[in-house]
Amino acid sequence: MAIETLSTTKAIPARRSFLAGKTTQEWLAGFGFVTPALLILGIFVLIPMIAAFLISFTNWTGQQTLDKAQWVGLNNYADLLTNDGTYRNGFFEALKNTAYYALGVVPMQTLLSLFLAMIVNQKFLKLKGLFRTAFYFPSITSSVAVAVIFLWLFNRNGIINATFNMNVTWTNDLHGLFHNFLGLFGININTVPASITHTKVLGQTLWNWISGPSVTMFSIMLLATWTTAGTLMLIFLAALQDIPGQLYEAASVDGATRWQQFRNITLPLLSPTTFFVITIGIIGSFQVFDQIYVISGGGPAGTTNTVAWIAYRNAFKDAQAGLGAATAFALFVIIILFTLAQRRIMGRANR
Amino acid sequence: MTTTHVSGTTAGMNPETARRMRVTITAILAYGVLIVGALAMVMPFIFSIANSVKTLPDITANPMLLTPTQGFSFAGYQKILSGDFARWIFNSGIVAISVTLGHVVFDSMAGYALARIKFPGRNLLFAGVLGTMMVPGIVLLIPRYLVYVQLGMVDQYSGLIIPVLADAFGIFLMKQFFASIPIDIEEAAFIDGAGRFRMFFTVILPMAGPAITALAIFAFQGAWNDFTGPLIVINNNQSLFTLPLGLANLKGTGTGQTLPWDLLLAGALITTLPMAIIFFAFQRFFMESATYTGVKG
Repeated sequence: MAIETLSTTKAIPARRSFLAGKTTQEWLAGFGFVTPALLILGIFVLIPMIAAFLISFTNWTGQQTLDKAQWVGLNNYADLLTNDGTYRNGFFEALKNTAYYALGVVPMQTLLSLFLAMIVNQKFLKLKGLFRTAFYFPSITSSVAVAVIFLWLFNRNGIINATFNMNVTWTNDLHGLFHNFLGLFGININTVPASITHTKVLGQTLWNWISGPSVTMFSIMLLATWTTAGTLMLIFLAALQDIPGQLYEAASVDGATRWQQFRNITLPLLSPTTFFVITIGIIGSFQVFDQIYVISGGGPAGTTNTVAWIAYRNAFKDAQAGLGAATAFALFVIIILFTLAQRRIMGRANR
Repeated sequence: MTTTHVSGTTAGMNPETARRMRVTITAILAYGVLIVGALAMVMPFIFSIANSVKTLPDITANPMLLTPTQGFSFAGYQKILSGDFARWIFNSGIVAISVTLGHVVFDSMAGYALARIKFPGRNLLFAGVLGTMMVPGIVLLIPRYLVYVQLGMVDQYSGLIIPVLADAFGIFLMKQFFASIPIDIEEAAFIDGAGRFRMFFTVILPMAGPAITALAIFAFQGAWNDFTGPLIVINNNQSLFTLPLGLANLKGTGTGQTLPWDLLLAGALITTLPMAIIFFAFQRFFMESATYTGVKG
């Protein structure tokens, strides 16, 4: 994250001379300058953050005043994680959907953006700027506007079906991708052992876990890849341009093939960037919300319920703000874990 | 994939000719991939533009055609602009411009103080500001609503604008920038007897052109495209919708082929247009700054 670059820019030390005897004035000026921004961050980020944590231990509905809410201790978290019931089923369904989403989107967007960056980085290439512009353009547009455009492209009479001569109800198809794939080999819910369709793990049958993301979720994954690849490509491109050209020259003098150069020079030198791209990809994927809101609203049959979406739905549609806050906090913990893992691994790599 | 250093020979061919052939083949492949990729990125917009000027039955029957078969129709644009949509364009504009001004002034001030003025607790404050960048937006939705209710900001312009007048990323960006400017300028201004406040607005800020431009672009883009913020603030008052909120509302809960696509495509394109104009006008800034931000949320 941008935070990593902090240590690279050091503040120029203030010289004593022209500030001598102005300490109090300086303090006042310092506080004065930061106050407006701190008030806004304090009232609209810090206080809500603490409030969210407290609310997650209450049964607040979100529709009464807060003083009518009661403390329920860890009940909301127990409902999500341990108590067998609809809340836990819903949470793990959302977690499963979100994990599949991330497992699809992160590799797709990382590989695609690296591939595009490698090509755009070629020295002989003309019109670089034009290609960069085209790839980056989807990233600057409103998530709602591009979701509407995608919904149209993927509707039954839409361009995707027409182009590939298919008749898929992309935006309303609950069947899992792996379910469909296994079905090609005659493996389906009727032919697998009953234990797979009956054994439930965390509220989902084994078959549910195996089925994979639904066709509708898959179209949302394509949308995410399409909007993000351009940004990630620019990040890779900046890193590629930092690799000294002499390394490749020396390697080719030594007779290294292009593939060997890629394996032994490009990939290792790119690995901090790759790691960064994967981490922000995971963090972004786990928060997917706007596209779900516009395209599917969690449907069909809950197959596009994501963690962020059910947190919102609990709080603002189902009058369960306490449970929603707990869901959001569970998501926060997941994201923090990914961030810390990144720090840790990056720290080790730098040592 | 640098082809210039490859010295392989193909049987019976002069090495130089073989090398040239390889270069040509690599170039053709590279351009081929890039053109296919660029088309995949751009065609959705081109098809949307082409179809937004067709009649609804024409859109449904021939989405693939770039020219209308039943004559041009601007019904989608007319219908959408005759409703609340025109008002939403105005709202989005007011909100995005106010938020941009807020970021430029408040983020710069805070960034400047954190970079150049020594006061107690400065480092702690900066760490706190950075810490808020890690909080996922979804965690804040529920309690922010509570704050809006307390402050009477629900269904108000103030709720769309005030909560996002400053942000951690902008402060970080400006701090980095101000840390890099030479101290002599401040010294000279001090000798002239200017206080910090006057010096900042008359000497420092005018120097910060490129950084301010990048900051303003980020702020405008964030505010113009934001969906979840307005979603929580605006409950019942449709006349206060911003474009993304209004567009999502027009789309409703339908998922299929029966939606009013002429209207929705027109709406999606109008929502995209201002960002597209800014993007083409300030491309350089977008390209440079994209590498800071990572994935858009």
